[in-house]
Amino acid sequence: MIFNALAGVLGIPVFAAALFAALPNYRLTARLNIAATTLTLICALSLFLAKPQPGVYLLVDDLNGTFIVLTTFVGFTTSIFSASYIGHELEIGRLTPPFVRFYHSMYQVLMFAMNLALVANNIGLMWVAIELATLTTVMMVGIYRTHEALEAAWKYFILGSVGIALALFGTILVYMAARPVVGEGIDAMMWSKLVTRASAFDPALLDLAFIFLLLGYGTKIGLAPLHAWLPDAHAEGPTPISAVLSGLLLNVALYALLRFKMLLAVNPEAIAPGPLMVTLGLTSLVFAAFMLYRRRDIKRMFAYSSIEHMGIITFAFGMGGPLANFAGLLHMTMHSLTKSAIFFAVGHVAQVKGTQRIADMGGLTETNPVLGWTLILGVIAIAGLPPLGIFMSEFLVVSSTFARAPVLALVLVFGILVGLAALFLRLDTIAFGEPRGPAAEARASYMPMFAHLALVLIGGVYLPPALVGWFEGVAKLLG
Amino acid sequence: MRGITFDIAHLLAGSLVLVSFLELYQDRLYALLNVYAAHAFILAASVAWQALAQDAPHLYVTAAIALVFKAIVIPVALHRIIVRLGIHREIEKVVGVGFAMLAGIGLVALAMVVMLRVTQEADPLAREDLAFALSVVLLGLLMMVTRRNAVSQVVGFMSLENGLVLAATGAKGMPLVVEISVAFSILIAFIVIGIFLFRIRERFDTVDVQILSAFRGERQ
Repeated sequence: MIFNALAGVLGIPVFAAALFAALPNYRLTARLNIAATTLTLICALSLFLAKPQPGVYLLVDDLNGTFIVLTTFVGFTTSIFSASYIGHELEIGRLTPPFVRFYHSMYQVLMFAMNLALVANNIGLMWVAIELATLTTVMMVGIYRTHEALEAAWKYFILGSVGIALALFGTILVYMAARPVVGEGIDAMMWSKLVTRASAFDPALLDLAFIFLLLGYGTKIGLAPLHAWLPDAHAEGPTPISAVLSGLLLNVALYALLRFKMLLAVNPEAIAPGPLMVTLGLTSLVFAAFMLYRRRDIKRMFAYSSIEHMGIITFAFGMGGPLANFAGLLHMTMHSLTKSAIFFAVGHVAQVKGTQRIADMGGLTETNPVLGWTLILGVIAIAGLPPLGIFMSEFLVVSSTFARAPVLALVLVFGILVGLAALFLRLDTIAFGEPRGPAAEARASYMPMFAHLALVLIGGVYLPPALVGWFEGVAKLLG
Repeated sequence: MRGITFDIAHLLAGSLVLVSFLELYQDRLYALLNVYAAHAFILAASVAWQALAQDAPHLYVTAAIALVFKAIVIPVALHRIIVRLGIHREIEKVVGVGFAMLAGIGLVALAMVVMLRVTQEADPLAREDLAFALSVVLLGLLMMVTRRNAVSQVVGFMSLENGLVLAATGAKGMPLVVEISVAFSILIAFIVIGIFLFRIRERFDTVDVQILSAFRGERQ
C-alpha cells in the first residue's frame, strides 16, 4: 500500500502518456488528462500519510515531499486550464488534432520526468530525469512550428543541453569524491548514503563539482547570465507549458541544486556554497527587474518576472539558516502558485485579444472584467504587495537578510522595487486605458486561477501552524 | 596501475583531446563530420580499454554505442542531411582559426591545472582521464560558441558529450554509465535525425543560426 503511492506518482503519468498517444479523440484525452493528474495528486498526498522507506533508487523525505505536492498540485490545475486553452487553439486552427494528441502525451511525460527527478535517490537517475524533462519541454515549446517557436526551441535545446552536460560532469565529480569513502558502485550515488558520509569527502573535488552543478542546473533554474533560453521558451510555447515551466520545472532544477548544497554544507572543509548562490541570485534579480521595463510581449514580461523571483529564492537559500530557508521555501511555493495563475489568465487574455503584444490589449477591465481583475490581482500578488503571500515571503527574506547583511538587503529591496514599478507600468496599459483589440467573451476556466490566488491570499493572511511546522522542519534539513 | 594499461588509456584519452583540436579548425562540413567520426571511434576504443582494465563488462555496451551510433550512424545521417540541405560549403566562423586554437590551448591548460590539482588523492588513471575529459568538454563548448552553423554546433555538442562519457568511464565503478550514455544518445538522436534541422531548413531556408537570431528578441 505504501509503496503503491510512490508507484502511482510515477506510474500514472507513464500509463497516461502511453494511453494518450493511442487515443485519437482529443476531447476525451483532455478530460482523461485531468483525471490522470488528479490521481497523481491523490497519490502524492497519500505519501504524507505513510512515508515509504528509502530504497536504492527512490526516496521520499520532508524536503522532496514539499516539492512533490507542489508539482502534482500545479500539474493538476494546469491540466484543467489546458483543457479549455487547447480547445480554443484547436478551434482557431493553431493546433491540429495530431499535435494535440502529442501535446497531451508529452504533458504526462513531463509530469513523470519531474516527479522522477524529485523522488530519485540517485544523483545519476535524477540527472536522467531532468534531461528527459528538458527534452519534453523543448518539443512542447516548438509545437506551434512558427519561426519564433522553432527558434525558441532550438535555443532552449542548445543552452539546456550544455547546462545538463555541465551538470553531468559535476555529478561524475561528486561520485569521484564519494567513491573512496562510501565505496564503489551504486552506493556512492545514493543521496541517503552521500549525505551521511559527505563530511569525509575530498573537499577540493566537492568544490569543483559544485561549480559545475551550479552552472549546469543554474542554467535550468534560469539564473542570469545563463537565462537566455527562458524568455523565448516561455513566450513561444503554449501557455499551459509556460505555466508549468515557471511554476514547476525551474523549481525542480533548484531542488537538484539544493540537494548538492546539502552535501557541501555537511563537509566542514568545502567552500561555502552560499555566497555563490547569493551572487547569482542577486544578479538575476536586479538584471531581470531592469529587463522588465522594455518588454512588449506579455508572456515574455512574466518570464522575466520568473527570473527575478528565482533570483530571490536562490538568494534566500544561499543565505541559509532556518529563517532564510523558511522564507525561500515559502517564496518558492507562493511564486509557483501565483505565476501559474498569472499564466492561466494571460493565456486566456492572449486568446481573447488574438495577440501577446501588450500595446494591443488595452482596457482589459472594460472588455473582459473578470479576466482583467484576476490579472490585476495576480500582478499585485507577484509584485509583492500586501496582503498576499508573496509579500509575506519577500518580507521574511528581506528581514532575515537585514539582520545579517544589511548591504545585501538594500540591493534586494532595490531590485524588488524596480521590478514592482515596471510591472505596474505595464499593468496600467493592459488593464486600464483605451479598450483595444477584440472584446470577445472569454470561454475561460476560471477555477484554477481563483484556486491559486485564493491559496496565495490565505498564505499571506494566515499560515496554518501545521504548514509552518512542516516548512520549519524542511528549513532545518537544508542547513 | 602504472604500466602498459595506464599508458594505453593515457594515449587514447590524449588522442581524444588532439582530435578535438582537429575539429576546431575544420572549415568544411564533410571534413568536420569525418573528424567527428574519428573522435567517436577513439572514444569507443578508450571506453573498451577501460572496460578491459577495470574488468567492467557493462562498459562494452557503452563502447558499442559509441562505435555504432556515434562513429557510424550519426555521421552518416548528418552527411545525408547536409546533402539534402545543400550546405556542403564552407563553415562560417565567428572567430579566426588562430584565435580558436589559442583559446583551445588556454582551455586545455586550465583543465589540466584545475583537475590535476584537485584530484591529487584519486588514482592516477582516473585523474588523468578526468583532466583530459574536462579538456574535451571545454573544447566542445568552445566549438559551439565559435560556430554559427547549426550542424557544426551539434557536432560541437556531440564532442562535448564524448568528453562526458570519457569522464564517466574513467570514474572507476560508476553505476548508470550505460544508462546515461543511452540517455545522451536519445538526446542526440532527437535533434540530429531530424526534427529540428528539417524544420529549420523548411521554415528558414537556412541552417545558419546567425540568421535565426534575426528573429530573436522582441517581436515588433
